[in-house]
Amino acid sequence: MITLTHYLVLSGILFSIGLAGVIRRKNLLLLFFSTEIMLNAVNIGFAAVAKFYGDLTGQMVAFFIIAVAASEVAVGLGLLVLWYKRNGTIDLESMQEMKG
Amino acid sequence: MQNYLYIALFAPLAGSLFAAIFGARPKNVITGIVTSLLLFVSWLASMKLLGYVDEHHIVHVKMMDWIAAGNFNVDFGFVADQVSVIMMVTVTTVSTLVHIYSIGYMDHDRGFNRYFSYLSAFVFSMMILVMSDNFLGLFIGWEGVGLCSWLLIGFWYYKKDVSTKENPAISPAYAANEAFVMNRIADLGMLIGIFMIYWNLGSLDYDTVFANIGALDGSTITLIGIFLFIGAMGKSAQFPLHTWLANAMEGPTPVSALIHAATMVTAGVYLVVRSYEIYSLIPDVGYFIACLGAFVAIFAASMALVNLEMKRIIAYSTLSQLGYMFVAAGLGAYWIALFHLMTHAFFKSVLFLGAGNVMHAMDEEKYINKMGGLSKVMPWTMGIMTIASLALAGIWPFAGFFSKDKILETAFSQNHYFLWFMLWIGAGMTAYYSFRLIMMVFFGEEHYKKEGKHPHEAYPYVIAAMIPLAVLATVAGFFEHSFVEFVTQLLPEFEPHVSSGAFVFLLLVTLGIAISGITLAVVKFRNGNFDHFFKKLGVYDVLFNQYYIPDFYQKAIVEPYGKLSEFAWKKIDMKIVDATVDFIAAVIYKSGDKARAMQTGNLSTNLKWMAFGFVILLAAALLYRPGM
Repeated sequence: MITLTHYLVLSGILFSIGLAGVIRRKNLLLLFFSTEIMLNAVNIGFAAVAKFYGDLTGQMVAFFIIAVAASEVAVGLGLLVLWYKRNGTIDLESMQEMKG
Repeated sequence: MQNYLYIALFAPLAGSLFAAIFGARPKNVITGIVTSLLLFVSWLASMKLLGYVDEHHIVHVKMMDWIAAGNFNVDFGFVADQVSVIMMVTVTTVSTLVHIYSIGYMDHDRGFNRYFSYLSAFVFSMMILVMSDNFLGLFIGWEGVGLCSWLLIGFWYYKKDVSTKENPAISPAYAANEAFVMNRIADLGMLIGIFMIYWNLGSLDYDTVFANIGALDGSTITLIGIFLFIGAMGKSAQFPLHTWLANAMEGPTPVSALIHAATMVTAGVYLVVRSYEIYSLIPDVGYFIACLGAFVAIFAASMALVNLEMKRIIAYSTLSQLGYMFVAAGLGAYWIALFHLMTHAFFKSVLFLGAGNVMHAMDEEKYINKMGGLSKVMPWTMGIMTIASLALAGIWPFAGFFSKDKILETAFSQNHYFLWFMLWIGAGMTAYYSFRLIMMVFFGEEHYKKEGKHPHEAYPYVIAAMIPLAVLATVAGFFEHSFVEFVTQLLPEFEPHVSSGAFVFLLLVTLGIAISGITLAVVKFRNGNFDHFFKKLGVYDVLFNQYYIPDFYQKAIVEPYGKLSEFAWKKIDMKIVDATVDFIAAVIYKSGDKARAMQTGNLSTNLKWMAFGFVILLAAALLYRPGM
């Protein structure tokens, strides 16, 4: 029997993988992947909880997140392409202009 | 009639603002003329009001609401009744003439325009003081004249400080601050008195306060009376707050004539006269006021006996005469106090103006032992000052005779023989020091020739401005009956009752001591200096150093206070207050400096910190859950 806990554990694991990716990776593209993983981990959590309580609000929020994530990726990839054209790299280390 | 009241009140303000426009510019004689003209307009309006009030009307206007907070209501209200209109006429008469005089006196001064701005502002404040219909308005005027007095005493602020041996007042700026601080001390007392009136009666309007004051219990009225009188003591320079007045002579001489003789210093007397309904309920406080007044009358006169600075002598004389006024006011003879206030304003201001002429002619020389024999070069000034001195000494038919004699009679008729005796001695001293001054300045050996000075008589219009005052000093006494009739419409009637025999006796002894004082001075100083007499008595140094009271204040109050301030500054402020603030600043600065290392600019590091912060927030959310 698959219970709510299983879903939430899956969601937590996925979120941790995403977070680890965000922290460890130096490649901007992979950073985007990691962010997507984190967002979808949250989506799983929302959908599962919505199903558990029989309340559609959670699913609705999940749809919102998908929409936001899609637009974010669109904008983000656009900027990334621009960055690549200008600097010839998409390595994080190349972005150090805000050094304090 | 309302308009006349507003004209009388605001014409000086208009003059002051006009002169202020030219404040920073070089001398422009127009400022002097315009302010004098506006003062003259104010005088005309005051005279008109005097005529109107004489027909048993009182002009009472409410200009606007001033403060309305909760049930605390004060209006900008002004009243021209018998007392205030007398003050208005006195103030505007003297100030108009002093303004005209000043055009000549300040002729070569670089602060000419500034001077007239201050002087007119002073008149405006004084008018507010005397015309207000409530205690708060009076207090505003009270502070206003204090401010203008400060500005004018310190008018020559650029003069350097010197040692007290050279000049007991140190410097104009120092004297101005001294006067201001002394008055602050007294004003605190006055404020407490005003608070108590409001606290107990819920109003500050004279009408309401005086109508209801009798309902309070005796001790409260006594406290109110005492606190208000403390304010009066500061402004009128009564012992022990008297030291500032003599030092205030550092200001220009017309200022001394107007502010420190005729008007501002009499504000204390005005306050007591105005609050007569309070003071007539507390005769004990009144008696104390009278005793203090008599003490100051003789105390200040004794210091004038040997002093050598021309204006200082006259300043001590002012102190002494203020003492006389307080005796009259304290004994319930309010109209006599007001009468002496008026006559004193005339003869003392003209005496100061004469002193101004002399000092001006002698290149600001202030020591009378360096003058002498000036009657030949300054006959007009000599004549006017002699008239003023005769009035001051109380010789018939001059104004001072009528008013001072009434005060002595009052003391005698109420069986205060000791007070009478003190005042009587004071009258003798007054006559002596006045004519000692006249003799040393205008007669005897011509010391000024040794100094290589070439004195000359003042400008004709300067003399012309003094003549009306000299005339008033001569004839004002004859208006006694109409004056009594006029002011007793408001003030309680008071007539000293002495038997006709005693009356003649009093008249003769009083005149006698005054004349013998004059004769002594004239005879002794004709043959040179007589001050060695006091040296032989061994009191010369004590009197000359003002009973060492300024030194005592310096040692007992100023220096310990300075030490205390230094302690508070170096120990409390620097070590505790500043250190705390500095510590907080240092913590923030240091932590910022350390935390700066976080900002590597590396996105990956930033993300790590973000994750770290997120974990902390999550932990906090788990640990702190309100309602569980």
